[in-house]
Amino acid sequence: MRDEPASLTNSEPYAFVAAGEGLASPRDYFELLKPRVMSLVIFTALVGLVRAPGDVHPVIAFTALLCIAVGAGAAGALNMWWDADIDAIMSRTRKRPVPSGRVSAREALAFGLTLSAFSVVVLGLLVNALAGALLAFTIFFYVVIYTMWLKRSTPQNIVIGGAAGAFPPLVAWAAASGTVSLEPVLLFAIIFFWTPPHFWALALYRADDYARAGVPMLPVTAGPDETRLQILLYTLFLVPLAASPSVLGYAGYAYGAVAVLAGAWMITLAWRVFRRREGETAVRAAKSLFGFSIVYLFALFATLLGEAVIGGLLR
Amino acid sequence: MNAGKKMPRPPEEEGVVLTPEQLRRRRARNIAIASVLGFLAVLFYVVTIVKLGPNVLNRPL
Repeated sequence: MRDEPASLTNSEPYAFVAAGEGLASPRDYFELLKPRVMSLVIFTALVGLVRAPGDVHPVIAFTALLCIAVGAGAAGALNMWWDADIDAIMSRTRKRPVPSGRVSAREALAFGLTLSAFSVVVLGLLVNALAGALLAFTIFFYVVIYTMWLKRSTPQNIVIGGAAGAFPPLVAWAAASGTVSLEPVLLFAIIFFWTPPHFWALALYRADDYARAGVPMLPVTAGPDETRLQILLYTLFLVPLAASPSVLGYAGYAYGAVAVLAGAWMITLAWRVFRRREGETAVRAAKSLFGFSIVYLFALFATLLGEAVIGGLLR
Repeated sequence: MNAGKKMPRPPEEEGVVLTPEQLRRRRARNIAIASVLGFLAVLFYVVTIVKLGPNVLNRPL
């Protein structure tokens, strides 16, 4: 059959060319890992690793961090495999490797599954089983619970799904200490309650995109005003929660000061989003809150990291 | 087809002919995979030494 030209494109050995496979560069595969999300994961995991009790060898700590980063990236690749159809519709995501045709869906799936399995097994074997199990659950939660189930079915998608992004410091803490205590659960809770106001601020000025793709984000289903109220309520809950490590004695005065000052600015920006509902000023308010929410989370975790490092040096 | 007899084909019709850009990307992928494998070999070696410590020399013959 292979002697017949017409069969060339249909026969199995050539099917991958027809599907656009084998055309990707390493950079395209790297993009599948969602490097910007991965950088936040690495940073928050580093904080969990440094603050955990006990001494962990730097090589083991590096291995743990690498596995958590690769696991998070693998979950991102599986997310891009599953969501390629809606990514192609939304302007924010249409240039991603799968919808743009640089990587086929089959390649993204294989890449994500391989890295998921590898990161979990390596973390479990080289670091400890609890950390490996938690990483496996994180990947499962992000891919199956959030991406496959919640994202297209409920406006609470990013509220519940936000747990996946909150797990890394917990996994890192387990990797360093072999246990989980209240402090890493607080770190988890801070990221968990930070996620809704962060994402809904973005969704407010990307609502058309989400509506076109059929993703039931809160501004699409409940309207922008209800979203603004929810952003304010979540921020009012988040700010005292973020200050609680200082109150409970887990963090020092520097952290307390940053949590209060940056938290006050978060509430101010959330209030502006709540009040400014029309035109360009409303969009600007939402963009300001979205941008500062990233700075806010970074400032909190950077201070926690700084306190731990300085405390370690003074010991 | 052809009652079991295979007709010889000209070399240019054999398989998929990749463009220079595809060849470049394949080479870049190969280098990336080789680098990752090399890095993992070093990492596993170092982690083994770290985990076993002095016991790495304890090898009864």
